[in-house]
Amino acid sequence: MAGTSRYPSRTGGVLTAVAHHHEWYLSPFDRNGRGNAMADTALADITVLDLTHHIAGPYCTKLLADFGADVIKIERPDGGDPARRYGPFPHDEPHPEKSALFLHLNTNKRGVTLNLKTSAGRDLFKALVQGVDVLVENFSPRVMPHLGLAYETLEALNPRLVMMSISNFGQTGPYRDYRAQDILIYAMGGPMRATGVAEREPLKMAGNLMQYQAGTMAATAAMVGIFAARLHGIGQHIDLSLFETHVGTVDRRSTYLTAYAYAGEESTRQSQGPQGALPRGIYPCLDGYICIYVTDEWWPRLAHMLERPDLLTDPRFATPLARRNPEHQPEFDAIFYPWLLERTKQEIMERAQAARVLLTAVNTPEDVLHDRHFQARGFFVEVEHPVAGCVTQPGAPFRMTATPWSVRRPAPRLGQHNEEIYGGRLGLSREELVVLREQGAI
Amino acid sequence: MGKLPLEGIRILDFTVVWAGPFATMLLADFGAEVIRVESLQYFPSVTRGLLPRPDAALARQLAGYAGAYPERDPGSRPWNRHPMFNPHARNKLGMTVDLSRPKGRELFLKLVRLSDVLVENHSARFMENLGLTYDVLSQSKPDLIMVSMPAFGMSGPYKYYQGFGVNVESVCGLTWLRAYPDGDATETSSTLHMDAASGAGTAFAILAALHYRQRTGKGQFIDFAQAENLMQQIGEILMDYPMNGRSQRSLGNRHPVMAPHGCYPCRGHDRWVIIAVADDAEWERFCQAVGNPPWVRDARFADSANRYRHQDALDAHIAAWTQQHHPWEIMERLQGAGIASGPVMRETDLFTDPHLKARGFFQIVTHPEAGTHPYPGIMWQMSKTAATIRRPAVRLGEDNDYVYRELLKLSEAEIAALRAEGHIGMDFLGKDTPHAHDS
Repeated sequence: MAGTSRYPSRTGGVLTAVAHHHEWYLSPFDRNGRGNAMADTALADITVLDLTHHIAGPYCTKLLADFGADVIKIERPDGGDPARRYGPFPHDEPHPEKSALFLHLNTNKRGVTLNLKTSAGRDLFKALVQGVDVLVENFSPRVMPHLGLAYETLEALNPRLVMMSISNFGQTGPYRDYRAQDILIYAMGGPMRATGVAEREPLKMAGNLMQYQAGTMAATAAMVGIFAARLHGIGQHIDLSLFETHVGTVDRRSTYLTAYAYAGEESTRQSQGPQGALPRGIYPCLDGYICIYVTDEWWPRLAHMLERPDLLTDPRFATPLARRNPEHQPEFDAIFYPWLLERTKQEIMERAQAARVLLTAVNTPEDVLHDRHFQARGFFVEVEHPVAGCVTQPGAPFRMTATPWSVRRPAPRLGQHNEEIYGGRLGLSREELVVLREQGAI
Repeated sequence: MGKLPLEGIRILDFTVVWAGPFATMLLADFGAEVIRVESLQYFPSVTRGLLPRPDAALARQLAGYAGAYPERDPGSRPWNRHPMFNPHARNKLGMTVDLSRPKGRELFLKLVRLSDVLVENHSARFMENLGLTYDVLSQSKPDLIMVSMPAFGMSGPYKYYQGFGVNVESVCGLTWLRAYPDGDATETSSTLHMDAASGAGTAFAILAALHYRQRTGKGQFIDFAQAENLMQQIGEILMDYPMNGRSQRSLGNRHPVMAPHGCYPCRGHDRWVIIAVADDAEWERFCQAVGNPPWVRDARFADSANRYRHQDALDAHIAAWTQQHHPWEIMERLQGAGIASGPVMRETDLFTDPHLKARGFFQIVTHPEAGTHPYPGIMWQMSKTAATIRRPAVRLGEDNDYVYRELLKLSEAEIAALRAEGHIGMDFLGKDTPHAHDS
């Protein structure tokens, strides 16, 4: 039976030694044999119970669903996921089935309603959790234990369950019950202190990036949990804290922290500006802005882009020392700015890239949707939704050649799959569902 | 100790800078055998530092973290001591080989045949120039999983476009959406989110592909277009344009709906606190927490919609209050009332933070050439297959013996020859300026 045979341990471990049908790796919960029938999606044999709401949790389960996992999204019967109340909405008219945020985050999931505050609801939940590989939740840490649904309880029902708990500050610690918003996670866990200009307040990142990023980390963590379950028969509780995953992120964050530990170096806010005549940062052009970075080595390419070979021999710009002289900055600007202001950002970018200058357009959302590269790639897709109609939304985050991303179904309507799941999976009759509805359990 | 989940998986790590190494770090931490493929000839820019051998005087002049070697001393092997590299290189192995020569390519192909995954994040031309594309490598190893992380994708008009992370983010709309709304767009600092998004996303992609291969035996190529992955994270913002013809602008530190929501000045130099009040119930608690001063009862602040409209006045009042306090005082008081608030953290704050201490997040690690320091630890906690930093940041060529003797099974004579030819070693041989191969 799947799960009882373990992969034999080997030295120098290369899993490729086993090239054939890996029966032992299939899920005992893969009732429909989807693992074989739907071998064209990467995660077809994984079943996920999705208790998440808003952004971080749903983005985690969206990644799993978009690459083939069977994700059952549980929403409260009154109103559902709060994200349904966040816009943008078509014509700015709020409607729980038309939220762009909800439609983007919940592709490929089936949806049921469930009220965990009723004992009938909790019984249904316990029945469901026995038949899944993964449970993902992003409640504040007190909630699941308070409902009698702590990991220890669920482990007894399903020993190989991977329970992925996503929270702002983790399941333990002095800040455990602290509230957070995206801006706070960025301030505490991200390099906000180094974002913006020295003369002003620190600046947050766009939108809800901290939460989306946590969702991606959680999807990775869930997969690690699945490997532990499938390869080693180990189920467990995973505790992912937005605060920690951001503090430990490998980019400027981990670099600044280590620079401080090594040499007492602290991060600061600085605007990106030119170095003498070497242009760096954001510059205005005819229809907006461009972003550029030029080093000494690349000066000839810049001269070529501007069709000004004289800049190579002009004593103000001919040598690295001359270029870095701050007095020569206005003289170069007097050449550069007018050139930029006569051309559109797209035109400048194309000329720059042809000359191998590191310059790109600063695109607005409108520019992005019209961008010829993303159009050629077919990045944005149109998803047909029964209530919202045809919705343009982002497509694949990455392209797998053998198991491509796809939208097999749009975001679910509230309670859309109650009969399919409670009837089909748990074998409940219609009468029983009516009773449960009357009890307020679903 | 117990098993780690990803034991038995071998990953060839041909990554640079941050995005690629972040992905492989997540996998190495949980038990995958990650082998960095590096060379003694080629010093990729901004990976093991900015320059291979800066002298101490130069290190002291370099701004920011560029020269932040331990005690600002580059040491005899600066490439093993840089803060850009050491935090992500833990739990990994490292070997050296010169891929520009046929012998090096031959050795690399042998190594590919013994590995499950190859991941690289060079520009789109790089692997093509080396003749090491998926088409070639999958002939050596049909079930190989290979991931490339090009800025814009392995197809399309921008395939060969060049830029730093901030350039790619500009094309995606992130730069436009992060600006002081009342300021000049040209004064926005360059800050990056792409490396974070790409690193986490690529680790997920690799595990998805490995999971599929476990079931079916099939490998594949993954085109991880960093720009496209990144745009997922501003999905709802971009959707406003096709949905409503509205091209959104930056809100700065403000929120589409919540007020107050911002970054306020505190006592002390360059000290700031975040305050975000989600709804009317929180607003009531906020009023109590700040001692019910008369101004909170102003009709302009009575409900969410009005607070939103009169944010400028609201922010001015709040700033006058926050300026009298330290950020931690404010955090304790407001969090005690169930309101999102906290300091804009500095590095010192994080290393001494009581919550991170209680969670054991930072780990003290002794590195043979960089000394003993605290490092950010493991990114999530697993109750039964806990991970730790088991090995410090890998030094250049540190595992050459293991790779060449045990994996590739070369003889002593062959290894000696490769050492003499400059494939195998632990000291960078190239000139003192980095080879800008990716330009």
